[in-house]
Amino acid sequence: MSAALEVRGLRIAFGADPVVDGVGFQVASGECIAIVGESGAGKSLTARALLGLTPADARVAVDTLMIDGTDATALSEHGWRALRGARIGLVAQDALVSLDPLRRISAEIAEPLRLHGLARGRSALGARVRELLRRVWMPDAERRARQYPHELSGGLRQRALIASAIAAAPAVLVADEPTTALDATVQARILGLLREIADAGTAVVFISHDFAAVRRLADRVLVMQGGAVVESGLVAEVLEHPQHEYTRQLIAATMHDPRVAPTTPSEPVLVAAEVSKSFGGVPAVIDASFALAQGRTLGVVGESGSGKTTLARMIVGVESPDAGSLRWSGAPRVQLVHQNPLGAFDPRWTIGRSLREALEAAGVPRARRADRVAELLAEVDLAPELADRRPSAHSGGQRQRAAIARALAADPEVLVLDEPVSALDPSVRERVLRLLARLQQERRLTMVLVSHDLDVVGAVADDVLVMQDGRIVEQGATADVFAAPQHPFTQELLDASGPVSP
Amino acid sequence: MRRAERVLLWAAVAVLAVIAFAALWPGVLATGDPLQTDVRAALLPPSSEHLFGTDQSGRDVYSRVVYGAGRSLGIGLLATGVALVVGLVVGALAGVAPRGVDAAMMRVNDVLMAFPEFLVALVVVAMLGPGPVNIAIAVTLAAVPVYVRLARVQTRTLRHAEHVEAARILGVPRLRAFTRHVVPGVLGTLSVLATIGIGSSILAAAGLSFLGLGPSEPTPEWGLILAGGRNVLGQAWWISVFPGIAITVTVVSATVIGRILRARADGRAT
Repeated sequence: MSAALEVRGLRIAFGADPVVDGVGFQVASGECIAIVGESGAGKSLTARALLGLTPADARVAVDTLMIDGTDATALSEHGWRALRGARIGLVAQDALVSLDPLRRISAEIAEPLRLHGLARGRSALGARVRELLRRVWMPDAERRARQYPHELSGGLRQRALIASAIAAAPAVLVADEPTTALDATVQARILGLLREIADAGTAVVFISHDFAAVRRLADRVLVMQGGAVVESGLVAEVLEHPQHEYTRQLIAATMHDPRVAPTTPSEPVLVAAEVSKSFGGVPAVIDASFALAQGRTLGVVGESGSGKTTLARMIVGVESPDAGSLRWSGAPRVQLVHQNPLGAFDPRWTIGRSLREALEAAGVPRARRADRVAELLAEVDLAPELADRRPSAHSGGQRQRAAIARALAADPEVLVLDEPVSALDPSVRERVLRLLARLQQERRLTMVLVSHDLDVVGAVADDVLVMQDGRIVEQGATADVFAAPQHPFTQELLDASGPVSP
Repeated sequence: MRRAERVLLWAAVAVLAVIAFAALWPGVLATGDPLQTDVRAALLPPSSEHLFGTDQSGRDVYSRVVYGAGRSLGIGLLATGVALVVGLVVGALAGVAPRGVDAAMMRVNDVLMAFPEFLVALVVVAMLGPGPVNIAIAVTLAAVPVYVRLARVQTRTLRHAEHVEAARILGVPRLRAFTRHVVPGVLGTLSVLATIGIGSSILAAAGLSFLGLGPSEPTPEWGLILAGGRNVLGQAWWISVFPGIAITVTVVSATVIGRILRARADGRAT
């Protein structure tokens, strides 16, 4: 069987800097190949080049590019237009921006059919759209077809986008991080759908930074670093015996063993009893009862809208519960690390000035502040000269470290972290998690870690608390919950993230 | 920044620099006394002696335009500056006020915004009476509503911004967090808008003078000089055309700089 897609010697450069350097692979019909790497590895650009969609200022050169038997090595824009959608389709990361907000779902899916003349007449189009929606398992398809993108949840939007991408039955489907913004259980369903499409005979190119997702979906994997492929092979083999150091790092960073916590009991610093909170009549947290043990890390897991952030904010004291009580032993010093460190710093201030403000608020005398800033930065492994830069001049990892340093300025006993690593690349995430573990030991911190990512929680939390629709459905020691989940939702979550260790 | 944009920016800066120089040290640039009449030299066309010609009373138009720069630029800067401060204070108050108070303030503001700035200024002059001080007040008041609106919405947004909340959680007192993080942020946005506003304030002031509502003869003021040449436009175009050019290049330069600054500020925000 010939390959549905063949690329040889793909090189992309901006000015004199090569961003993709000699990438080549082929994908057969019915096969799924994954391209894995971190931001800046060139994987998204590679995906775009497969569709002739690189930015105007990029210089693209390729030795061979065969798409479904057509030579696309030197194709004009006109030639590309006949190919895109019909022979090769794209599913982008963010379905909300990829779908036209002013067009109904049915119109969006019908467009490729009409453009490539695959269905004529209103009834034929309608029938084909309905068939496609069924194919992507769109629930309540008749009604969804008449709705606009903003009326659909993230997962359903992604389904609609996939339906429009496969509408003209392309031989190749490129999926660029199609599940990154989705909750774990939804992500699992979309990955299942993509696997189904591959099994039905489409060649799928799956771009991701997440090895756990790759394992669930792909047959073969290419690992990219700095614009070049550093390792490739069958997924099972690469996972089992990674040859390249970078591959090993990536695998370690996306798949952890659940932590086995010391069982030595410690005093609770906080006891919450039947805490509830609602916003405008909509309950966010319902009857939450739990204890926060001194010196341990409590992981709070749930999907978006499960109430986990509201719970965290009540612990910090930014929100107060409508009912129930949060009883602290003594006067607590609690600090919060926000999900988005870029928003959490004043954009006009340097990091150093923000840190000095935190020290001022904590009552550190002016003369001591400059030294303390340097000490705090050193504590989170940041160079002291970074204090003179504004937040926008830092990388995501540096900003999150700076945010942690600022929280430490107040010398807290309890640190609440709201999705502290969800915006970070795997290897950066790994370093931030290691930093948190170190800080906890050195400072005897009690931590609350809120995350949608079971893998992250499993890696750092001693105890875990699973939330669904505002309720705590399961809690206990992390190792116990991961080994023997009791609640069906926990089981679904664990299934969705894949077996954490085989 | 693109090359064409950079050239445009520097050209605008150069024009404003010359006009600012004329405003600060008119004596250096002027070739004569702006008030000196000479009936024998009336209505002379532009020449090496009188660069922009002379008017009906034989006054040197070039010197009058140079001496007029201070008044025009001054009123533009002053009106914009005062409008910005008033807008910031009123808008920030509306931004933190209870819903009812905020709504009342904003409806009044909406009414003012519904009329063109120039019309509002005219009404104010009609109430206060003509005169240079009154047109300054009128131009200022007319410019205020835009700043109020922008300051209010920026205050509302920034009040709930994550970095302001972060400061509060760290223990920074509410008022201090407001003056440190919210107010400077609002001011930054307003000052970009103000650069564009300088041009329209200069234009409004010149317009009011042109209608005879500002300073009276023989004060050298661009709008007034322009009006003075109106009746002899057929024979002596230079009396009106040169102050007209002065107004145009000043307003266009200020607006160009303002727009480029705003584009850069927007680019930085995203």
